[in-house]
Amino acid sequence: MNLALRALARSPWVFHLSTGSCNNCDIEVLDCLTPRFDVERFGILLAPSIRHADVLLVTGSVTRQSVIRLRRLYEQAPKPCLVIAVGTCACSQHFFRESYHSAEPVDRIVPVDVYVPGCPPKPEAIIVGAVKAIAKLRGGSVHVG
Amino acid sequence: MSGDRTIARERIESGVREGLGRRCLALAWSSRERLWIDIEPASIRDAVACMCRRLGARLATATGFDAADAFEVLYHFAFDAEGIVATLRVRIQDRERPEIDSVADFLPSANWIEREIYDILGIRFRGHPDPRRLLLSDDWPEGVHPLRRKA
Amino acid sequence: MKTKIPIGPYHPLMEEPESFLLDVDGDRITGIDVRLSYNHRGIEKLSEGRTFEQVPFIVERICGICSNSHPYAYVLAFEDLAGIQVPERAQYIRTIVAELERIHSHFLWIGLAGHFLGYNTVFMWAWKHREDILDAFEAISGNRQNYAVMCPGGVRWDIDDDARRLIAEKIDAIEPKARLFLKAICDDPVLHARLRGVGVLPKEDAIAYGALGPTARASGLAIDVRRDHPYGAYDRVEWDVCVEGGCDVLAKAMVRARENIESIRIIRQCLRDLPPGPIRVEPEEAPAGEGIGHVEAPRGECFHYVRSDGGNRPIRHKVRAPTFMNLPTCQVTVPGMTLADTTIVLAAIDPCYCCTERTVVVRRDGSRVGWGDLVRLSREKTERLCREIRRPER
Repeated sequence: MNLALRALARSPWVFHLSTGSCNNCDIEVLDCLTPRFDVERFGILLAPSIRHADVLLVTGSVTRQSVIRLRRLYEQAPKPCLVIAVGTCACSQHFFRESYHSAEPVDRIVPVDVYVPGCPPKPEAIIVGAVKAIAKLRGGSVHVG
Repeated sequence: MSGDRTIARERIESGVREGLGRRCLALAWSSRERLWIDIEPASIRDAVACMCRRLGARLATATGFDAADAFEVLYHFAFDAEGIVATLRVRIQDRERPEIDSVADFLPSANWIEREIYDILGIRFRGHPDPRRLLLSDDWPEGVHPLRRKA
Repeated sequence: MKTKIPIGPYHPLMEEPESFLLDVDGDRITGIDVRLSYNHRGIEKLSEGRTFEQVPFIVERICGICSNSHPYAYVLAFEDLAGIQVPERAQYIRTIVAELERIHSHFLWIGLAGHFLGYNTVFMWAWKHREDILDAFEAISGNRQNYAVMCPGGVRWDIDDDARRLIAEKIDAIEPKARLFLKAICDDPVLHARLRGVGVLPKEDAIAYGALGPTARASGLAIDVRRDHPYGAYDRVEWDVCVEGGCDVLAKAMVRARENIESIRIIRQCLRDLPPGPIRVEPEEAPAGEGIGHVEAPRGECFHYVRSDGGNRPIRHKVRAPTFMNLPTCQVTVPGMTLADTTIVLAAIDPCYCCTERTVVVRRDGSRVGWGDLVRLSREKTERLCREIRRPER
């Protein structure tokens, strides 16, 4: 994979949140940190606190119990904060949209800037999504080689 | 190997019949490893104590089911040494106020199992040490139980 | 790894629901409450709206890590109901996939445990080598996760010679890593100091709570669905149930480390003995009736019950994941523990990763401590022990 990322002022912090998922997307997100994918080479760091976040990375189909947390975390994130919906559940709730315990999809609760569909999307796809979001944030451009 | 299994089946069946006595309304095998036993709801505490304490079975889980004319609760017991799963079935006829005695006070593994059935079907477990909602959200409306059949 | 841990307690978020709520007095946990609900997605109800053939795709997505175990238990329940005999070749393929999943799940756990204890290289190392197993899944099914192998009557994908060779290579590659980890668990004095006597689940409590999998076997409870209620090819290959008597986190880690070796043994024998023949029988209409299927997932027994009225959809599908039985054991293992040990004690039962992220400790003065702080305290304790143990004798 050949990515050139320009005009990043500093390393972006990505805060990861699950709204009720099978964890596959979450595990693939963490996988991005590991040597085979090594997302740190793009300067992306995982933020443990929402107050440091530039990017909110959301997984899951939004159970009713998760709505408050999703809203609350987005409110607490310093603006501008981009939102990436990772996985088909976060993009459109997948078949969980029929579930009695699902609330509305992510993008009806918070504004979503980048959608990375897949069940789960491969780490390469997640990284491309994250890089595109960050480029958008910094007004830079992305060439995918 | 199959000889051992036959002996094990016989031992479990006779253990169940002896332990439950007249509480056992019906008993049938659907396969070599699957035993199904019908009992009255009023017998549940004695029956569970028999399965676990007397016969050494493990409560794997329990299934609640809305059978339209009654509510069923199926208690699934694993006999790990013998490789058999035996299910105790109760039918609760009162659809307005379905209740059954809890067994969680003497069997901690039943605690969450019973709470879950209450959430999804509205069957009340009398004497449960902690009868709180387990699965449904904080804002879930009272009296709505998602696995009940629609009227 | 550049993941940073926040300093100090979180800002109190009074309305935000948590998964684990712990009461603490001084440095000790005095009580724990568990609140499920975040991940409740109404799977059982969703199954009722699908055909028997479609249900595996639903249950595969209950838990991503045990992605194969739920479909396996479900198809066994359906085959129990319908009285289906699955072809031999399919039994062996099912077993290979199930054991590959066990290795990937245990390596994932090793990495997370390393992360919580402060061994960051362990996290990177374990997850890097886990990729070998994911490559094997991709070779079999085309997907790293959610590999959709199980179907009623058999399996959907065959293992051809290329896949067989690749799986064998990946197993050969991962074996020295598995042995290295086992050796570390056996020998490392810091790990022993850190994990021995921590998070103890006495055997009688393991029985009373219906504990399963490594959580149970680490407390001397010798149960394993693969041996006790044989399915797949488990009764046709040589392997051992891994039981430890320590009852603590060290014992749970030991069980998982040993199970990796047993899984490697099972896979090699299945690859060697893989019989020819069909991989599936076409199931007929299910009769009215009930079926039960259960398998030994990496975390313990996965139990499924299915009921049919003779139609092509289940009228009831009950799913019970192993963590549902193992989680309440935290009521025994966590009280009395220090804050620093909380993360590893909770992680030891291998729960849903996202649930642990929503752990909050409430102090007597009402202030709250979040998961990030607990991880930091855990790592600081490891560093302290490292210094003490490796200090030269005066």
